[in-house]
Amino acid sequence: MGTSQAAARERDKLPTPKTRELAPVAAAEEKDKLPDLRSWDLILPNGGTPAGTSSPASSSSLLNRLQLDDDIDGETRDLFVTVDDPKKHVCTMETYITYRITTKSTRVEFDLPEYSVRRRYQDFDWLRNKLEESQPTHLIPPLPEKFVVKGVVDRFSEEFVETRRKALDKFLKRITDHPVLSFNEHFNVFLTAKDLNAYKKQGMALLTRVGESVKHVAGGYKLRSRPLEFAAIGEYLDTFALKLGTIDRIAQRIIKEEIEYLVELREYGPVYSTWSALEGELAEPLEGVSACIGNCSTALEELTDDMTEDFLPVLREYILYSDSMKSVLKKRDQVQAEYEAKLEAVALRKEDRPKVPADVEKCQDRMECFNADLKADMERWQNNKRQDFRQLLMGMADKNIQYYEKCLMAWESIIPLLQEKQEAK
Amino acid sequence: MTENNFWLKKIEISVSEAEKRTGRNAMNMQETYTAYLVETRSVEHNDGPSVLTDSLWRRYSEFELLRNYLLVYYPHIVVPPLPEKRAEFIWHKLSADNMDPDFVERRRIGLENFLLRVASHPILCRDRIFYLFLTQEGNWKEIVNETGFQLKADSRLKALNATFRVKNPDKRFTELKHYSDELQSVISHLLRVRARVADRLYGVYKVHGNYGRVFSEWSAIEKEMGDGLQSAGHHMDVYASSIDDILEDEEHYADQLKEYLFYAEALRAVCRKHELMQYDLEMAAQDLASKKQQCEELSTGTVRTFSLKGMTTKLFGQETPEQREARIKVLEEQISEGEQQLKSKNLEGREFVKNAWADIERFKEQKNRDLKEALISYAVMQITAAGSADQALPLSLGLAAAAVAADQVLSLRASRQLRRLLIRPSLAEVRGGPCRSPVPDAASPRPPAPAVHTAC
Repeated sequence: MGTSQAAARERDKLPTPKTRELAPVAAAEEKDKLPDLRSWDLILPNGGTPAGTSSPASSSSLLNRLQLDDDIDGETRDLFVTVDDPKKHVCTMETYITYRITTKSTRVEFDLPEYSVRRRYQDFDWLRNKLEESQPTHLIPPLPEKFVVKGVVDRFSEEFVETRRKALDKFLKRITDHPVLSFNEHFNVFLTAKDLNAYKKQGMALLTRVGESVKHVAGGYKLRSRPLEFAAIGEYLDTFALKLGTIDRIAQRIIKEEIEYLVELREYGPVYSTWSALEGELAEPLEGVSACIGNCSTALEELTDDMTEDFLPVLREYILYSDSMKSVLKKRDQVQAEYEAKLEAVALRKEDRPKVPADVEKCQDRMECFNADLKADMERWQNNKRQDFRQLLMGMADKNIQYYEKCLMAWESIIPLLQEKQEAK
Repeated sequence: MTENNFWLKKIEISVSEAEKRTGRNAMNMQETYTAYLVETRSVEHNDGPSVLTDSLWRRYSEFELLRNYLLVYYPHIVVPPLPEKRAEFIWHKLSADNMDPDFVERRRIGLENFLLRVASHPILCRDRIFYLFLTQEGNWKEIVNETGFQLKADSRLKALNATFRVKNPDKRFTELKHYSDELQSVISHLLRVRARVADRLYGVYKVHGNYGRVFSEWSAIEKEMGDGLQSAGHHMDVYASSIDDILEDEEHYADQLKEYLFYAEALRAVCRKHELMQYDLEMAAQDLASKKQQCEELSTGTVRTFSLKGMTTKLFGQETPEQREARIKVLEEQISEGEQQLKSKNLEGREFVKNAWADIERFKEQKNRDLKEALISYAVMQITAAGSADQALPLSLGLAAAAVAADQVLSLRASRQLRRLLIRPSLAEVRGGPCRSPVPDAASPRPPAPAVHTAC
């Protein structure tokens, strides 16, 4: 363990790509341990491993689909959760989709090493609410939107279900990565229980000490002064959500413009075909141009679909994330306010000085725990956010590159067609 | 330089400048118009320096006059078209204003193209009026009008009538007529849709520009991602502004298509002339046949056909034998004349068909060559737009940069792809860039084939 941690700290020094490529020996040594998850090269949008790196072929596909988490810090991971295999259920009362949740773990909290259960969206919703209740000092990841705002979207279409599945998978993985949330009892039950509904009906589950006490914080205390760091976080989140919202709107507009462009392209290409039918020598070249435009149209359609399915949902997810984080910040403010109020009240009652009464101490405890949890979560969130956006933007860059490559190939391939007859003349 | 010498030397023609002028028009009202500088240079030896021999200013209406003259005097030739009089097939960013500098510039190129086409045509280039157009500024209009060509022009009505009534036109011309109609229709459609495509593409690029500001603002609140987002924002702006050049190039492609749209009309004009001549011929033959018949009836005394004379004879009494003789004589003279005329019309018609068809074959080859060139340069334009580092790539690069900022390790796959796209094989070997003016017939038998002005 020690050597791997030291090695990990070495890699922390952010080596240049060149260094990384020249160090196959070091990587080979790590072969029996987990592969270097920090290497971005391993995690590719389509899950493949690039040629030329020394990534061990022994990495399980499950590992490859995991998100990077710097907090793990070389520590072995002992919990893996995946969401897949959506299935439609048609019952008399309603139709809905369930997803398969596969859990693999060596943790003692799990009786079996492997579980496979089926859950539907409302189960996820229940889990999230329970987590918010029981871990109010932590940032709970967001769920994809419950209702489809633009009523035009088909709830059971392949694209919608796949987008949702990805988001639900992300949700569970974020919880899995969290050192506190992943041990939450509700989470455990969610992953393992055969009959979740029975458990839900039980109602009262154990709450953590802090959770219970925070739950009963009385509102209405006015905050004296917010510590700078939390004020900064609040401002950051405000601007962040604002900017993401703008980007979301712009992205939607781009998609709209691209669709309208596509409509015109679909009319444009065939006109060359019509013309080709009139001509003799020009027939083939014109037909070639028509086919070319057709290919570019298809490539554009794929790009637009990708933007809708991959880019927009992540933006929305982070906006939701920011919103839920801000409400946690507010709760923190209230805890601090309550503490300050109680402290002030004590200060006025001179007889209790210097001894601080127990309940004020409890408040202070609560506040300090909250602050600590929140700070740790914020840092974790910032790291994950960077990785998520890096992956997102790289993915979009990839898709754009693929689009332009397709167009390039199409046009380049018809140049010889256009030229050849000329030489033959 | 005398007219004879003119064509023995190699000449270069260019429409090099455009200038806004104000003057008084025919109705003595003030008007603003654009004048174009037409320069002619002669080249002494091959690869020798060119010497400016003539330089004068012409306005669009004078070009029109020249072309109308050529249309009348060379009805068997597919006369090169002028650039459009008014801006058509425009999309929202293009101006419909004739005074707009971009429109004037494109028109300048089109006018130059017209002159080059005429100069490289084996028959048209010898025309005196054309020579004077290039060499004599003042008084040229009067000279053209003195030829009286307007009077010789066939009336539109007459032509329309002929089109409907002609019975036996040459099949090739009928086919050609259909072809030119369909060509006009398909190219119009193409230009209309292309304008809409350009409009939409413009929208796509410009909306990406909105990313520029928001990425910049976002970068301000980020620590690690800041630089990358800033760079992404910058590249979005570059990308958004690159559309202007892309679409400007595409306008030149559209202009090349437009030339052939108007050429189709010129083709149609030749077909119309044939129909007119054929109709004329058929009418003359019919007239001759009827006169012969009349003559025969008068001689033999039988009335098989209805005639006014016959009617009046029935109503007012028979005519005298002397009167009849006179009439027969007149008719025989007319018949003889008519036979002569028919013979010469037939000859004319056959000559016309032969000469016209020769020019049409020449035109077909030119068209196939030019349009292939146009399509190639269009393909090159698309390739440039998709692959050039100045245009589409920054979008991708910018996005990648933003991603990279958080961690200095660049994804191998993405970097490999970007590198590949940047080092595309040089397209210079494919062809020398987008060509603005089509190459006139280089295989012209005429020695003074004018050098081509290429805007490459």
